[in-house]
Amino acid sequence: MSESARKEHEMNKLSLFLGCVIPNRYPGIEKSTKLCLEKLDIDCVDLEGASCCPAPGILRSFDKTTWLALSSRNITLTEDLGRDMLTICNGCYGSLADANNELKADEDLKESVNSHLAAVDREFKGTQDIRHITEFLYQEIEPENIRELVTNPLEIRVAVHYGCHLLKPSKGRAGMNVERPSFFDELVEATGAVSVDYPDKMECCGAGGGVRSALSDEALALTEHKLSMIEAAGVDCIVNACPFCHMQLDVGQTDLNERDGTEHSIPVLHYTQLLGLAFGYTVEELGIDLNSTLNKAFFEMIEDLP
Amino acid sequence: MSATNGSTFLSRLDKTGTDILKCMHCGVCTGSCPSGRHTSLNVRNLLRKARKGESVLSDETLWTCTTCYNCQERCPRGIDIVDAIFEIRAIAVHEGIILKEHRTVGKLLVEHGHAVPINAENKAKREALGMDALPPTVHSFPDALSEVKKLLANCKFDELMSNE
Ligand code: SF4
Ligand code: SF4
Repeated sequence: MSESARKEHEMNKLSLFLGCVIPNRYPGIEKSTKLCLEKLDIDCVDLEGASCCPAPGILRSFDKTTWLALSSRNITLTEDLGRDMLTICNGCYGSLADANNELKADEDLKESVNSHLAAVDREFKGTQDIRHITEFLYQEIEPENIRELVTNPLEIRVAVHYGCHLLKPSKGRAGMNVERPSFFDELVEATGAVSVDYPDKMECCGAGGGVRSALSDEALALTEHKLSMIEAAGVDCIVNACPFCHMQLDVGQTDLNERDGTEHSIPVLHYTQLLGLAFGYTVEELGIDLNSTLNKAFFEMIEDLP
Repeated sequence: MSATNGSTFLSRLDKTGTDILKCMHCGVCTGSCPSGRHTSLNVRNLLRKARKGESVLSDETLWTCTTCYNCQERCPRGIDIVDAIFEIRAIAVHEGIILKEHRTVGKLLVEHGHAVPINAENKAKREALGMDALPPTVHSFPDALSEVKKLLANCKFDELMSNE
């Protein structure tokens, strides 16, 4: 193996950070992720013993020291493995990438965090990177190569929901366009689907910052607006990159239906579930049927695809 | 509230305290705010209130920000608005001003190492998918969970979330 090939190989060794919402509320996304990583031949092991990231909006609002200490403990787990960390949630990515960047850039801050980590015999070193599955696939695997592996092209119309923390805050991040990005749309279109543009596509789902947990009506007001824009665009499903957006857009529909007697019924899929369908896995294998909002017509349409 | 009270309050914020003073009241933040379109949050006014002093701590709109970062990305004065909101919220929480649902989330983290821990329904879903009932996180590793608890205690987060 050449020097550069070896380096690239090392770089692509990953550990999978699950967070809270995926393993404990949407396990289908965890399974879909593993099926996709296997199909793409990506070397990724479980990051055993990891905790909550902790959540960037709500827990960071309570105490920054705790937020940094707990996120840096998670980072030391992947440092121990000598692997970069793969996140599959915008919130986990936001917390861990931002903590990692801040600590790498600020010696004093690093020292102060390490004084807390010393209590559990750990030390943050700053040797690894934190990745999000969408930007990782886009940059390291590339949409054309994904397209080549697709066995069941999905002729469907998709509303892509980027979510906020995948791109923002932009300071310290990789320099993605935060106002009109296209990398996620390109990944979605690699499955054969069409990414349909819609007004307020970059807008928040409403869940973040502790709004969903304590002020659910306020959160739902944002969700309802987002859903109305998506419904008017005429799509078959919503595709996201974050289980917290996923939950807000999925459970939010049933909440709105119960509260207002509406009939929202748009299927909500994490990107790994969409990709799993394009790799030939079934709705049941990917846990798409374990959502709160179920849409039989969508399931039948997927089954009928060639 | 007096000007002294205002500057004393801002000095309790990290560098975002001086940042806020650069505001030129253009309103770009409020105009970009998805929460403000649907709730009573007016982020420019919230920051103005912070300049005036600690009454901002009990302003209920402080907690309707989803931390989407639109305002911070677009602010022409480069003010780290969301970082300021985090700091103001943290001062509130340290003074015991916290919504009860938020305290519950904090307590779940202290007890389980997950802010959203597993439940029976999702153990069953995991098994139906052919997965282990518990994920390979702190849920499966008691030593890792005690490490997390020790770290949270070291940061005094358990005390912060307790009712006293
Ligand atoms: S966008 Fe920035 S400068 Fe303009 S009102 Fe908001 S905080 Fe002030
Ligand atoms: S970060 Fe908060 S205040 Fe700023 S635009 Fe988003 S919801 Fe509004």
